[in-house]
Amino acid sequence: MPLLQVENLTTSFTTPQGKVQAVRDVSFELNEGEVLGIVGESGSGKSQMMYTIMGLLADNGVIESGKITFDGEDISQLSFPDKKSYDTKMLDIRGNKMAMIFQDPMTFLNPVLKIETQLVEPLLNHTNMTRVQARERALELMRLVGIPSPEKRIKQYPFEFSGGMRQRIIIAIALTCNPKLIIADEPTTALDVTIQAQVLELIDTLRKETNTAVIMITHDLGVVAKLCDRVAIMYGGKMVEIGTDKEIFYNPKHPYTKGLLNCIARTSEDEVEQSLQPIPGSPPDLLNPPKGCPFVDRCDKAMRVCKEYMPDAASFSETHRSRCWLDDARAKGDR
Amino acid sequence: MQDNVILKVSNLKTYFDVTKGLFAPKQIVKAVDGVSFDVKEGETFGLVGESGCGKSTLGRTIVKLYDPIEGSIEFEGKDIANLKGKELKTFRKNMQMIFQDPYASLNPRMTVGEIIMEPMIIHEIYKTAAEREARTVELLEIVGLKPDHIRRYPSEFSGGQRQRIGIARALAVDPKFIVCDEPISALDVSIQAQVINLLENIQKKMNLSYLFIAHDLSMVRHISDRIGVMYLGHMMEIGPANDVFYRPLHPYTIALLSAIPISDPDIAKARNRIILEGEIPSPINPPAGCPFASRCSKATERCFKAMPQPIQVGDRLITCFLYEK
Repeated sequence: MPLLQVENLTTSFTTPQGKVQAVRDVSFELNEGEVLGIVGESGSGKSQMMYTIMGLLADNGVIESGKITFDGEDISQLSFPDKKSYDTKMLDIRGNKMAMIFQDPMTFLNPVLKIETQLVEPLLNHTNMTRVQARERALELMRLVGIPSPEKRIKQYPFEFSGGMRQRIIIAIALTCNPKLIIADEPTTALDVTIQAQVLELIDTLRKETNTAVIMITHDLGVVAKLCDRVAIMYGGKMVEIGTDKEIFYNPKHPYTKGLLNCIARTSEDEVEQSLQPIPGSPPDLLNPPKGCPFVDRCDKAMRVCKEYMPDAASFSETHRSRCWLDDARAKGDR
Repeated sequence: MQDNVILKVSNLKTYFDVTKGLFAPKQIVKAVDGVSFDVKEGETFGLVGESGCGKSTLGRTIVKLYDPIEGSIEFEGKDIANLKGKELKTFRKNMQMIFQDPYASLNPRMTVGEIIMEPMIIHEIYKTAAEREARTVELLEIVGLKPDHIRRYPSEFSGGQRQRIGIARALAVDPKFIVCDEPISALDVSIQAQVINLLENIQKKMNLSYLFIAHDLSMVRHISDRIGVMYLGHMMEIGPANDVFYRPLHPYTIALLSAIPISDPDIAKARNRIILEGEIPSPINPPAGCPFASRCSKATERCFKAMPQPIQVGDRLITCFLYEK
């Protein structure tokens, strides 16, 4: 059984301008110890999907439909009788079985609390450890994430740490209770490349040592290629393609995935220098999402049916699925 | 590409005094500390480095937003340090800038037309409003926007479209040189490629020279003819883009390049990265000697004591004792 299974998840937000459908009918699963990369442009719904899973939706957000099964339990808010029982359940899961690493290491840590307080808090909340034991564990974690002289550093405040070091602290906090799943929301976007390389290496080593599953939200395909076993591509609130790293990079099926791979400057000298092939236009407005495929206005292979209906997922292998009418026999001859 | 040097920067130093309080010890940020390079007509010179290495300060010093404390900047053969009055205005017209944040660099209370026409009015390029408007419509088309966007406000546009407005504004005065300070880092991948292609196209059409500042190395390699790599206020390596990217010589460039994520799972997972230990030292009262010495695997005692001078290796300049003969 997969560690996390998301079925037909739809999340929307009520805003003064109308209803924004951030996540629309998304399904995927994640196995233990696996790293799944979720790639998408800003506004594609990738972050909101993770907030939905973590139970961290803003007040104006609701799950409209769908099921989230984590570690054998249904944790979708829809399956709880009231908000209170849901919150109690999620408080128990968050920081314990499931943890999150946020994008901005500068704002995540509480600036007026010592690192020690922030590291032992989840341990005191979720385990029976005494404060002394928790402190020992905290020091051990700081060593694990590569912070020099932890005994000294644990007494310091966040402002005394650099960006890369803060991100290490955040990773240490995420690891405190040996979670089964870590959701990393663009963990290296705010960091420089040499520091990014250190942090990615760290995440890779840790997940191998602890067999933790990781969901890596990013827009950097290079990060995905380095770290992920499987990749999911999101566009306009929908998951348009999912497959193993090799399937997505070497044999992409969805026109958006292909376009995305054409947009990046290839880093091989032998390839003849060509101009980049950008995807024309810009992403759809999710206040008023298109009826059919969200990519239809930017797709050079769009057919009549694409405007009207969202295609079903077509399977190319056990792991590779894509949602495009081009791969649907019913749409043949529509052009 | 012609070989006429349009911009020549020699031994440029820009320092900032960040001393706190009257009696506190003096604290100087040596943001740019003795940088020399030149840019030829029609060329794109890429400037890369991590945050805090001084690349943006260098860009801003070149457009004369900051005054250097030492060194010279020659633009079309004239030292810009002492430009005044009419000459300064001509310089400003020829040297334009595109900024990183398309949300902060456009006045939200001005229409797109007003934004693009303002530099034309300041530099008195066109006589009548009708001429200005005609040119603005033309510019909007060049950057891929529609003529009727002229009466709209920046808030109605997406990030990529705003960056196009910023480009149109820079082009409004027919400049010869544009400093692009991270023009794509705030944009999504699919939009980045659009903006890069646009910059390449207008460069060909108008024979522009670019100083292209960025930290995304693969994009810099794509757009640049030559690349300069900066570290803590110093230029570590300068050379043709492909040479620097595929055959780096300076230990810092080698480490930096091995840190870039490659968008190919087979290569990315097989590759052994040179993981740099530690982080960039503070540019406040930086260490003597080579600034990279504390993180460099090849550092010798000498590196901690003296700063090497740039050494010519083929068509490259390397600032490292390793290449001394």
